[in-house]
Amino acid sequence: MNGLKRVGLTALTLIAAAGTPRAEPTEPVTLGAIEILTGPASRYGVPIMKGFQLALDDINAKGGVIGGRKLALQFEDSAGAKEQAVNAARALIGRDKVPMILGPTLSTEMFAVAPIANERHVPILGTSTTANGITAIGPYVFRTSLPEADVVPVTLRAAQKKFGIKKVALLYGNDDAFTKSGFEVMKAALDKLGIETLATESFGAKDTDFSAQLTKIKSLHPDAVVVSALVEAASGILLEARAQGFPPEIRFIGGNGFNSPVLGQIAGEAADGTLVGSPWFIGKADPANRKFVDEYRAKFKEDPDQFAAQAYDALHIVAAAVDAAGAADPEKIAQSLIKVKLDGVTGPFAFTDNRDPADSSGVVVLEMKGGTFRILE
Amino acid sequence: MLAQQMLNGLIVGATYALFALGFTLMFGVLRVINLTYGVYFSAGALIALAFTRNIAPTLWLALPAAALATGLLAVLLDALLLTRLRRAQAPELASLMVTLGATLLLYAVMTAALGTEIRRFPPGLAGTAIEAGGLRISGTQMLILITTFIMVGGLLYLLRRTRLGLAIRALAENPGAAQMMGVDAGRVVAFVSFASGALGGTAGVLIGLNYNAIQPYMGEAMMLKGFAVIIIGGLGDIGGALVAGLLLGVLEVLTAGYLASTLKDAVGFVLLVLTLWLRPDGLFGRSTIRRA
Repeated sequence: MNGLKRVGLTALTLIAAAGTPRAEPTEPVTLGAIEILTGPASRYGVPIMKGFQLALDDINAKGGVIGGRKLALQFEDSAGAKEQAVNAARALIGRDKVPMILGPTLSTEMFAVAPIANERHVPILGTSTTANGITAIGPYVFRTSLPEADVVPVTLRAAQKKFGIKKVALLYGNDDAFTKSGFEVMKAALDKLGIETLATESFGAKDTDFSAQLTKIKSLHPDAVVVSALVEAASGILLEARAQGFPPEIRFIGGNGFNSPVLGQIAGEAADGTLVGSPWFIGKADPANRKFVDEYRAKFKEDPDQFAAQAYDALHIVAAAVDAAGAADPEKIAQSLIKVKLDGVTGPFAFTDNRDPADSSGVVVLEMKGGTFRILE
Repeated sequence: MLAQQMLNGLIVGATYALFALGFTLMFGVLRVINLTYGVYFSAGALIALAFTRNIAPTLWLALPAAALATGLLAVLLDALLLTRLRRAQAPELASLMVTLGATLLLYAVMTAALGTEIRRFPPGLAGTAIEAGGLRISGTQMLILITTFIMVGGLLYLLRRTRLGLAIRALAENPGAAQMMGVDAGRVVAFVSFASGALGGTAGVLIGLNYNAIQPYMGEAMMLKGFAVIIIGGLGDIGGALVAGLLLGVLEVLTAGYLASTLKDAVGFVLLVLTLWLRPDGLFGRSTIRRA
């Protein structure tokens, strides 16, 4: 049914396209966005979509882009599956002829999708992909999210300084690009700080049983457990650790996957004391951030998270690039994107020559208390 | 640590055994490999979750309610899917295909209705942990042991000591002769379906509690383990399923604890292949319910 409708629509569009010039001056500039809108990892994708929507309202209320054209996004759901993300990218580039793609949500998906966009010379920009090596895929691959390699060392250094952590156990998901890359970053940062790693344990992305790994870790009496996991697994790990009677002195230190209010909602008290570094925090007091938080709450009746904030900034960056490019043209957008500099809700932003974010001064270390994150004091 | 890992393994193994028990009972008596069995596992967990969320936050009611509901669901599905095939004396492959289709449909319906998000029981449902001599056993783990003990004991008593049990064993041994001797096959089939569904549902609740992660497809992964357990134990062999379930639980935990956590899920299948090579009738080389 859906397929038939789509074929019908495409045919109509083709007929219409034959008769009229393709780009009316008032026609909106439509970009593609591939995010996880269903399934367990929609916890990341849905806030990103909302961040985009809020930014769209803001950009279009201020007059849109390229002399008054509205900016619009066509969302595609990847459901967290690489294959579906790849299909979405092919459809957006081939069928919808979008000049740029935002997303996908996970680094694993990005590694599958970015080569396609890069090959077709369509710029693609990750707002939440923090694994190493993303932008190395090619000159059309950008990201606005600070890579783990910039955030994790800040967290570990703070933990070492504040709690005197000397020996840790490492636990990571070994079948996901993001959690694996997070693990490598953690290992490197621990070595650099001179913190001893007592044991390295792993699990699978769909695992729900962490008891054997945690029983082993507990018997080694580490000062902290450093974990690279997405939020569902992270919550499961914290719940299991408390069920096993890990004392509260053993801190859990997480990567970016921990950085979601969902962690507190799922794990509750079990998450207390967990440390995580974040490129953004809801309680940051600057006016731009306060405006963003207020508007987000008003529109969606819930608190924004880091992913929404990063998406919000990213779309402003992209809008500036489209505006500067002066046309909905992939090459021109790619050229102007690299030059954008902007003060967003996540702090000052500019790209490095390698299309990664240049500035990590906005990183804050957070501690979970009573189910919500606070700035570590 | 070894003792703690062994204890954890035995407890996980107990849920595998409980799950496999219903599966093997179904096969032993009804002579069908009923693939809808995994659905009862998921349904049990989801029903108990809904119960604790909406009716009363206590497992002592939620667990029996879930077992009862999945038992009835199993009776209903069996009657709906297999009655015709049984009457026509269709080959085993026919029932396998019918239940496979039904299973895919049921998972899809559950997913459409509930999504694939992981859900969790409210915290603190199963009481607090006890620690003694360096060993720690959580409230959930105690509940698993007690429930498994009661259900396995109850099932064995029923099969060995009651008239209904005699009828079940008779039907498993020789359906034709049993019916000639006045065994009401319809009633026995319904009861076995009920017991199997209830066992599967109970296992679902307990695993859902133990790992604190419930979602519609949880039964699918469990079915693979269930298959391994009943083949290792011997198809239709209740004692075998019990031993194989416990064995698999312990080996999985030891693999994760001492070898590599990634190899954990491979253990069951390695054991399965070895069993099929070396003892194709299962560990104990006997294969019907009458040995219960």
